Amino acid sequence: MNTLVNYIRSLFLLELWQGLSVTGRYLFKRKITVQYPEEKTPISPRFRGLHALRRYPNGEERCIACKLCEAVCPALAITIETEPRADGSRRTTRYDIDLFKCIYCGFCEESCPVDSIVETRFFEYHFEDRADSVMTKDKLLAIGDKYEQQLAEDRAAQAPYR
Amino acid sequence: MDFLFSLWDTINQDYPVKLIGDLIKIVVIVGPLMFLVAYFTYAERKIIGYMQIRIGPNRVGPRGWLQPIADAVKLMFKEIIIPSGANKTLFIIAPMISITTALAAWAVFPFDDHLVLADVNAGLLYILAIASTGVYGVLIAGWASNSKYALLGAMRTAAQVVSYEIAMGFALVTVIVAAGSLNLGDIVRAQEGGFWHWYWLPLLPMFVIYFIAGVAETNRAPFDVAEGESEIVAGFHVDYSGMAFATFFLAEYANMIMISALAALMFLGGWLSPFQGTMFEAAFAWVPGLVWFFAKACIFAFFYLWLRATFPRYRYDQIMRLGWKVFIPITIVWILVVGAAVVFKLPPWWAA
Repeated sequence: MNTLVNYIRSLFLLELWQGLSVTGRYLFKRKITVQYPEEKTPISPRFRGLHALRRYPNGEERCIACKLCEAVCPALAITIETEPRADGSRRTTRYDIDLFKCIYCGFCEESCPVDSIVETRFFEYHFEDRADSVMTKDKLLAIGDKYEQQLAEDRAAQAPYR
Repeated sequence: MDFLFSLWDTINQDYPVKLIGDLIKIVVIVGPLMFLVAYFTYAERKIIGYMQIRIGPNRVGPRGWLQPIADAVKLMFKEIIIPSGANKTLFIIAPMISITTALAAWAVFPFDDHLVLADVNAGLLYILAIASTGVYGVLIAGWASNSKYALLGAMRTAAQVVSYEIAMGFALVTVIVAAGSLNLGDIVRAQEGGFWHWYWLPLLPMFVIYFIAGVAETNRAPFDVAEGESEIVAGFHVDYSGMAFATFFLAEYANMIMISALAALMFLGGWLSPFQGTMFEAAFAWVPGLVWFFAKACIFAFFYLWLRATFPRYRYDQIMRLGWKVFIPITIVWILVVGAAVVFKLPPWWAA
């Protein structure tokens, strides 16, 4: 009896009509496409985009060359060299992030004791030269300067959860 | 419209006027057909997009209307790469066979009463014959590419098209029996009398089988094992690029339109008004038959896209099972049923 019912069901294409009705209904649904360059989806304050090195408000760079980020980086994308500065404080002489290696996990940001290395919301970047993929200290600091206001706001918004 | 028809008929004179006239007619048919093919691809991308809650192409031109033009231009300027291991002659000939057969079938197609290039008595037979020649294009393409994926795709297509041609042929036999003619125009004229007299109703199972077999015949989803991008990359046309690929593409879409148009012709009364025999008949008398025909063909063209948006690809053995163990038995039984109905003049369709 069951076989017979199944036979009739398949003969009248019942399940196929059900499937068609689903797609048929979706044809008239409101479309959810985001027209990318003109429209953008909201971005979380935790977004992990391009990296930046931050400064204190007085202009002093935050990084104290503890190398925790270099140690925690799972992709070995960070290279740091250090030297004591003239005033005796320990500073980096080289801080490179190879963006081809980076997996944007955010561990560097989490490991940083002084909130120096951070990831910005900026993700629409490109390189025109392979060597450009290595972000040097100067470039990172410049990005930090450019987005400092947004970065500070995002850190403040996230402060209660960290 | 009548003016156009009289213009069309004036061309039926002696050589060489007839030759030139026929050439003009061919251009008049093929030109709009190519235009339709281009915009069918646009419709496909839009409709499938909408069914996936996307909006589809909308960048080139207003609402993306120029997208097919942009695609065509891109394909024309792309290099045609001929693989070094390929059989060069066959590699070039294959797409030509595909497009030739896809376009040649339109020669006997009646778009409206008497609006036909060649009013052949065995029109349906001609279309079937030409359509089955189309598989050579695919087969030769697969063979000439000298690639295992292309060959696999071609083999699958050959088996599939041959299997479904039988079911499709049998489905069409019922139409021929019901109409008593192989001439496409006569088949439409036999359906005269309004919506309920069209053959979709008395031949309902054949109608469904014809369309499903038609989808399989044109290698479209869910029967697109010939291409099967997740299994054999792109099947028979993996190695084709540029205009050679575009030619296959044109042929495939022209065939889809052909199957849709044939379905409209044989099961939905072609150019006949759906309001025949009702009180709206006079109100819609001004609508040219061509419009009705186009609207009906569009229903099936839409179904093609709807099916593609809905169903996953059939497994190869399932295709064979469906073709040989389901469609062919059903069609054979229905031929007997229709034959009996015609012989015993079953009302209302064959009462006269």
